[in-house]
Amino acid sequence: MNRVKPFDHLVLILGTIFMVAPVVVAFMTSTHTAADIHMNGLTLTPGGHGVETYKTVLTRQGGFTGQVTGARMMMNSLILGIGFAVGKIVLSMLAAYALVYFRFRFATAMFWVIFTTLLLPLEVRIMPSYQVMSELHLLNTYTGLIVPLLASATGTFYFRQFFKSVPDELLEAARIDGAGPIKFFIDVLVPLSKTMMAAIFIIMFVYGWNQYLWPMLMTTEERFFTLMRGIKQILQVWIGSQIPDYNEAFALAVLALLPPVLVVVVFQRWFIKGLTESDK
Amino acid sequence: MASIEILNVSKTYPGSAARSVTGIDLTIRDGEFIVLVGPSGCGKSTLLRMVAGLEDISEGEVRIGDRRVNDVDPADRDIAMVFQNYALYPHMTVRENMAYGLKNRRTPAAEIEARVAEAARMLELGPYLDRKPRALSGGQRQRVAMGRAVVRQPAAFLFDEPLSNLDAKLRVSMRGEIRRLQRRLGTISIYVTHDQLEAMTLADRLVVLNAGRIEQVGAPLEIYHQPASTFVASFIGSPAMNLIDAELSGSQLRIGGAALPLDAPAPAQGPVTLGIRAEHLHRAASGLSFSVDFIEELGAQRLVHGHVEGQPLTLALPPDAPVADSMVIAPAPGALHFFDTASGQRLGAAAPAPRAKGVFA
Repeated sequence: MNRVKPFDHLVLILGTIFMVAPVVVAFMTSTHTAADIHMNGLTLTPGGHGVETYKTVLTRQGGFTGQVTGARMMMNSLILGIGFAVGKIVLSMLAAYALVYFRFRFATAMFWVIFTTLLLPLEVRIMPSYQVMSELHLLNTYTGLIVPLLASATGTFYFRQFFKSVPDELLEAARIDGAGPIKFFIDVLVPLSKTMMAAIFIIMFVYGWNQYLWPMLMTTEERFFTLMRGIKQILQVWIGSQIPDYNEAFALAVLALLPPVLVVVVFQRWFIKGLTESDK
Repeated sequence: MASIEILNVSKTYPGSAARSVTGIDLTIRDGEFIVLVGPSGCGKSTLLRMVAGLEDISEGEVRIGDRRVNDVDPADRDIAMVFQNYALYPHMTVRENMAYGLKNRRTPAAEIEARVAEAARMLELGPYLDRKPRALSGGQRQRVAMGRAVVRQPAAFLFDEPLSNLDAKLRVSMRGEIRRLQRRLGTISIYVTHDQLEAMTLADRLVVLNAGRIEQVGAPLEIYHQPASTFVASFIGSPAMNLIDAELSGSQLRIGGAALPLDAPAPAQGPVTLGIRAEHLHRAASGLSFSVDFIEELGAQRLVHGHVEGQPLTLALPPDAPVADSMVIAPAPGALHFFDTASGQRLGAAAPAPRAKGVFA
């Protein structure tokens, strides 16, 4: 089992290089000046302007209003990502709980309705959603950004499958132990779902973090700009002889990469721990 | 002083025309250990779950103490249940598992602590109190499940095949522990199993169920020696009671071409099903000629399988008894059971318990 297999390692190393190379290029390139990049293209060697570029990106007041900094955008993205992930987990857990544990008519039909919406991408319903939010005067608010996307068919589906795999006897034992529906949910199901929650958190955080079209529609004020829009913004300034600040765009892209990586690293640990510790 | 009365209880599952459990009547006295036994699908678990409140009662009434509990929540029925797969909360420690039910009842923390400690001492779980269930062996988990029931100090323990997941050896020792615990606490216990050995060894009274109906209720030995039907006869006891087609004519019993004199008045005439325990057959100077197919050595006895007049028959002989390929055998006096061929019901008065010859003497 522990024999070293050179071929396996070769595949692993090649795979890693393949995945990591673009990130390295982006990082290295971001340490050069914009003019440098414009003349020489992408580079694999470090340039001398790394610190100042990142400092600029994070703190320079940019945009038309001169209010929005990279840090601000990062915070917006974080609010969006965490809001999405937490909200979706709460909502889809509750929905799945109702679907699995409560007997009501059309429960199965209801589930299939939810399930079919899995097939519809966000873009299909983006206009009606926009309309609703607009009428509710929720444009340019975090509520408007987050709430309409909280209903998650994927999450509901995962949690439903998970709840179904929880042995019925556990529910029965809890009933005999005097735990009502709410107590059972909080005392038993939520702790048992930790691993599931971690998995969904990763998926949904990245999903929220990477949202581009939706924030662009919902917000017009620059204080709501997310990192994704910031990157786009930088590359949009072809005015006269000005060249885009490639270095800053790359720096932002690298920064945009960090929180999802962090989330995955942190939750992965929890995730794997939960998987290996779970009983049977 | 608790008792459980099950009055004419039936269960019909929604969407099914037939009843799964039909007209069960049973009164369980204080401190009694009742075992519900039967093959899978006989409704024994359903009955238990109706007592527990996990299944609705379609017809009839269940009374615990002097309360009608048909519409009472499981938590308020004053019962505790032990499940086949233990149903321990995997994320809680042993201590938390045992305390959970009490906590939900707002028992004072000091009392919870005392009761858990007492249960842990009784079940020898002391060193494991702070472990999670996954770090325990099957037997220990089962003890935790029992501890969870014990700390509640309920009016009744309900066991739903609690030993089925354990290996054979552990099952025997846990069986002893359950019996000892129940004796000590004197709490009514209803125990569901499909294992007739478990049923025989644990029960004060056995309830044999078949197809949703009670076949027979009685003390283990009573049922063993006087089975009320061919179903009970074949289900209780190992090896199963021999059941062969025979005919009663006058004071003679005919099996195929052979005939045996009866030592008691015949309860009926004409074709019957003859039941006879393997240990009540022995070699004799005259009787039935038995040809041997094969022998199972059990150590304490040997089971000789063969046939008489073309009908399969099993003998339990002492291990040192000589066995020939064909032997003449005869039943012990008073060891014959007669059953109606059509209904399978016992014919005639209950026979007195016969003296076993040799084997268990």
